[in-house]
Amino acid sequence: MNTLIEIKDPGILGSGISKLVTGIGGLDHVGDGGLPRGRTTLVAGSAGSAKTVMAAQFLVQGIAMGEPGVFVTFEEKPEDIRRNMASFGWNIARWESEGTWAFVDVSTDVENERLEVGQYDLGALMARIEHAVRKTGARRVSVDSLGAIFSQLNEANVVRHEIHRICQVLKELEVTAIITSERVEEYGPIARYGVEEFVADNVIILRNILEEEKRRRTLEVLKFRGTTHHKGEFPFTVRPESGMVVMPLSAIELKQKSTMLRVSSGNDELDAMCQGGFFRDSIILVSGATGTGKTLMVTEFINGGAEKGERCLLFAFEESREQLFRNAIGWGVDFEKMEREGKLKVVCEYPEVMALEDHQLRMRRIIDEFKPNRIAVDSLSALERVSTYKGFREFVLGITSFIKHSEMSGLFTSTTPTLMGGTSITEAHISTITDSIILLRYVEILGEMRRGLTVLKMRGSMHDKSIREYVIDNQGMHIRQPFRKLSGILAGHPTQIHEQEIERLDKMFERDPLGPNNGGRG
Amino acid sequence: MTEMKHILRLYITGRTARSERAIANLHSICENELKGKYEMEVVDVLEQPQLAENEKILATPTLVKRLPPPLRRLIGDLSDIDKVILGLDIRTHDEQ
Repeated sequence: MNTLIEIKDPGILGSGISKLVTGIGGLDHVGDGGLPRGRTTLVAGSAGSAKTVMAAQFLVQGIAMGEPGVFVTFEEKPEDIRRNMASFGWNIARWESEGTWAFVDVSTDVENERLEVGQYDLGALMARIEHAVRKTGARRVSVDSLGAIFSQLNEANVVRHEIHRICQVLKELEVTAIITSERVEEYGPIARYGVEEFVADNVIILRNILEEEKRRRTLEVLKFRGTTHHKGEFPFTVRPESGMVVMPLSAIELKQKSTMLRVSSGNDELDAMCQGGFFRDSIILVSGATGTGKTLMVTEFINGGAEKGERCLLFAFEESREQLFRNAIGWGVDFEKMEREGKLKVVCEYPEVMALEDHQLRMRRIIDEFKPNRIAVDSLSALERVSTYKGFREFVLGITSFIKHSEMSGLFTSTTPTLMGGTSITEAHISTITDSIILLRYVEILGEMRRGLTVLKMRGSMHDKSIREYVIDNQGMHIRQPFRKLSGILAGHPTQIHEQEIERLDKMFERDPLGPNNGGRG
Repeated sequence: MTEMKHILRLYITGRTARSERAIANLHSICENELKGKYEMEVVDVLEQPQLAENEKILATPTLVKRLPPPLRRLIGDLSDIDKVILGLDIRTHDEQ
């Protein structure tokens, strides 16, 4: 029995591989704490997969944390890198003069012919890297890129051997390094030059995939030898203000704090249906066809918050600012006044202006800046247009988990593709994450379109389960009586039920002391 | 007509067998082909890495012919003597 326990030596636990916090947004989460410290990580990617940006940002973030860096460039000239990276606001020339960044320039000069006249090795390169590391006190080294070195020298075998030695030298210098390498195919072999095996203790793959006519960038940690990481492809984006940002989906942990605190939906009747309003830390999905009053519900939700002195943030992807404000006035809500008082921020944007990853990043930033108590997105489904199915699912997961973590209440709307009944992709993705779902549906009765509302689910609370009629006037939304003599509303095929049938059904579930024989007769 | 002097700089990494071989090869080529018409300097990149950085030396040994133009780099231990002579733009005795 005891031998089983003695296999584990608690003394060795701490001596494993530790991680270096890179500071690149999201990467440290995907890498389960960062990159393996004191080791070399191969970053492989096809053309245009942002390898050089990652290599440079690795150093930039290091400098921000007081860790100098050395950039070994085989491909682009230092002046090109300085200029290209200036678009991210990174002043490499300044760091060079401050001694926290050094280039080892191995880029090719066309005018300098090289003639090979006997045996050689890359001793000079190693001496230069070592010199630069010691001179700056570098903790990080980026080598960009492996392929370019092969185009400079004829003896591929020598180069292979020397790259192995460079990795040894980097290890001896105790720096954490990134070496980039080209790939030909997005889902082909990692190795192209036959050296990747040497350095491939740790491999990260960057992809730039064309999917349903849309570009999608993803990062995958293929392996970290001897330590842990998150698996699978994570979307990332490259933005002028932040550089590379990875969006980790697995950051979603189901440990949000939740309270029993209720907040008003802005509509008294709806509050009553929900037994006193929504929970504060919850996400509510409002689903309905066009014209059912989703934007009205958003407006009331915001109004309800502002009346209590809460800060509200509205992301609108369907209507312009003017339209939204005019509509709100039509329902007796003054958005302009709320904005003046700092209780409201309305952000309008067409979904098409940027990729979904960029939308997500921007939304997160605005949320961080404004720190709202309530957040509304009208509509979430409009964003389906600019993304792939997979990308959209990642987006919905990412943004909802972010909101939940920030302890706000969120109201999302989703437009159903059909007028009667139906669900959208949005709902399929989000329905399990949301705490409450409210359905708004058209109901056709005797040639007339009426509207019905039901609270489909509300996590952790009792709620009214009937389908109630509601009307919209210049005071907003008014919820009335349940539809009594109809069935099949949610399916989009309401059918009239006769009085007799209703009585029969009522009787069927009645607790009848006289026995079952009495049921079923009108 | 006076010939321009050959200004040569040989970069090596430490005093290895390969380095010594390159130095010996360069000596004999210069003495045979350029007697009295050359200046040669040996730089050990382990001692002067900044020089190697400035000159962008990748491999060692590297022989840089600074003059006469054009600037040229010869990589290797200089054991391919015919190629070295060609690369240094040395006119052989037959031509003179």
